[in-house]
Amino acid sequence: MTCCTPATSMVSADAFRPSTPSAEEFRLASRSIGNGILQTEISVPTIHCGGCINRIERGLARLDGVKDVRVNLSSKRLALRWSDQGAPPDAIGALKQLGYDGHLFDPSEAAKPGGDLPRMLRALAVAAFASMNIMSLSVSVWAGAEGSTRNMLHWICAGIALPALLYAGRIFYQSAWRALRHGQTNMDVPISIGIATAFALSIYDTYHGYEHAYFDAATSLVFFLLIGRTLDYVMRERTRTAVKGLAQLSPRGAMALRADGEYEYLPLKAITPGTRLLITAGERVPVDCKVEHGISDIDYSLVTGESAPRQVEAGAALQAGILNITGSLTVIATALAEESFLAEMIRLMEAAELGKSAYRRIADRASRLYAPAVHLTSLLSFLGWMVIQGDVHQATTIAIAVLIITCPCALGLAVPMVQVMAARRLFESRIMVKDGSAMERLNDIDTVVFDKTGTLTLGQLQVTNIDLTDPDALSMAAGLAAHSRHPNAKAIGEAARVRTGTSHRFEAVREYPGLGIQGICQGKAYRLGRALFACGTESASPDTVLSCEGRPLAAFAFSDKLRPGAKELVDKLRNAGISMEILSGDGISAVRKIGLELGIADYTAGILPGGKLERIKALSDQGRKVLMVGDGLNDAPALMAAHVSMAPASAADVGRNNADFVFLQDSLDTVFLAYRISRDAGKLIRQNFIIAIGYNVIALPVAILGYATPFVAALAMSLSSIIVVANALRLKGEPMRGKAKPLSLEPKLEQLAV
Amino acid sequence: MKDFFYLIPISLALGLAGLVLFLWSLKNGQYEDLDGASERILYDDDRPSQLE
Repeated sequence: MTCCTPATSMVSADAFRPSTPSAEEFRLASRSIGNGILQTEISVPTIHCGGCINRIERGLARLDGVKDVRVNLSSKRLALRWSDQGAPPDAIGALKQLGYDGHLFDPSEAAKPGGDLPRMLRALAVAAFASMNIMSLSVSVWAGAEGSTRNMLHWICAGIALPALLYAGRIFYQSAWRALRHGQTNMDVPISIGIATAFALSIYDTYHGYEHAYFDAATSLVFFLLIGRTLDYVMRERTRTAVKGLAQLSPRGAMALRADGEYEYLPLKAITPGTRLLITAGERVPVDCKVEHGISDIDYSLVTGESAPRQVEAGAALQAGILNITGSLTVIATALAEESFLAEMIRLMEAAELGKSAYRRIADRASRLYAPAVHLTSLLSFLGWMVIQGDVHQATTIAIAVLIITCPCALGLAVPMVQVMAARRLFESRIMVKDGSAMERLNDIDTVVFDKTGTLTLGQLQVTNIDLTDPDALSMAAGLAAHSRHPNAKAIGEAARVRTGTSHRFEAVREYPGLGIQGICQGKAYRLGRALFACGTESASPDTVLSCEGRPLAAFAFSDKLRPGAKELVDKLRNAGISMEILSGDGISAVRKIGLELGIADYTAGILPGGKLERIKALSDQGRKVLMVGDGLNDAPALMAAHVSMAPASAADVGRNNADFVFLQDSLDTVFLAYRISRDAGKLIRQNFIIAIGYNVIALPVAILGYATPFVAALAMSLSSIIVVANALRLKGEPMRGKAKPLSLEPKLEQLAV
Repeated sequence: MKDFFYLIPISLALGLAGLVLFLWSLKNGQYEDLDGASERILYDDDRPSQLE
């Protein structure tokens, strides 16, 4: 299968990829299912065909102790069962050999698959069964069945409808009851009242042998509305699993050095201040701590937004979440996990959430107007008929017919259908949306606030003076750089690959953490690193220097790579009349450069997380609707405070889980796509409301005048629902040009699932 | 007219059987991995799931 070639040449994200989890971490992520068997869930984002399933299942089944492997292609996850004797199988390593990147899934998440979905599907199935059978029996009544035959058919319908309405309608009654108890109304209140009264009246009429019964209307109402609910739920569930399937960036624990000199893997909760920890290159720091010994370079980009790595040595304080790049460090924890830097962010986020006014969804706002209007019309028609005819039964029948025919069947589908379609379109473009209200909120933004590092930029450095560099020196430098995972070294390697395609071989290569690399080539010692290390002289510029025997050969300057599509996005947003600004924790020069490049005049540098939060709040107080796009830990409170928020898949865990949208593509252009689709969805929702109201304008007089027989009601209800659904299907996704086949995008996920 | 009285219970029973079958297949996990099921059929050594 050609589609199944694993992408092994991905280099860009290597520096951020956590090292293979240790046996202890593997065990921590497992749960016991009895009989000494443990089950571990592993998320493998790059599974995409039957070949992958086959290869992975066969490959892992060969490992020692593995009892069963089952790959789930839909959720791109595999369940591994192994017997608990000795060490757990090295499944992640085996996956890597097969060419797949796997990461452990949180056992507490894995234990509850599906959530409420089975319950909703069961209710939907029961409602479908009941409404179809009642409808088919009703056809005989409409066709002219009379007398005892009609009565018997009505009783059979009642017998089917009662359990079905009780079972399938629970979702609506519960939600309506919750709203009423808090003194509010929502869409479910008129629905519940409509169903209950329609059923009660039909029973009464059947008992007295009258002509009309509304069992078909009541059950098909529940059926239609449940379709909308279930689709809505499926959409949110799919997003939740997709986002949870991305690799966890914060570590689950760390290797602790015990007093007796032994190493032991401790879960996050067991790390107390004073615990001595070993942080190897490529690991993230689990808790706030202080360096005891060792020298290394630290990547702060996900924590503070600084793009250039910083050198640390003994005595330096480290924040939880930062990435150790080059050397091993022995550190002493200074805070508990819940009191670390991350906890500070969570505190700010809670504050942000408190200050945020609750957003009322369009459907709820509509029902606030709709429900009283419906009930009032129904009451008025009852009173009107009482005055004219004085027949209580006739007046009640008409009042209930009004209630049923205006029951927000179309209205109940109007919003969820469009939002489900929109979410599907977004999903095809690899944008995950948390819920329907996020799209409604995105629709009315007028300001966009960007974070810089990792959002406007990729958080990957590139060599800026590549054209000024001697190609020979460049390939020399690339040969040395291949031995390091420092971002500068990676940038040089990448530049050489593009420019010259060659690199030299070195011997006796040694990396000096925090300083640079040294290697021997043709008897001469070459060094690549800081000026002080390479040439022995202090230099003002932070550039990386290549030297031979202490003589400088070339100097490389770096800057953060702009995310593809950033320029297009800024242009499109400007054309749409949306103002933009940058809030970054990085230094002023780097921020100014990006601001100039993109033409965003409003930028603030060196801002702290609290500062970002304040700025968003200030904008909201001016009445602006802000979209916050950010990825770092430091952005999390701002993401929370903003009217609506978006994060790339490479964002920190907290940010990703709190953003309304998560985009899995590299290109920032997808932000505009999300905006466009949300705007189109908003337009269709308004159209659907107009259709639903138009339907009521026609149907209501018919019902008030007493012509709404069950047949008319069934026809009108189905017709309006079908029109509303058909209108929702008109929603267009990405323009054809950009519509890449899903398969060709798959390797990108691996790259992003850092 | 008499056939009518036989046909109603028969149609209801058939509908009910369909409903029960659907509920059973839902509980049995038949809908857990729809994408995977369509791919697995292409491989000879397909085996039933051991996981519930």
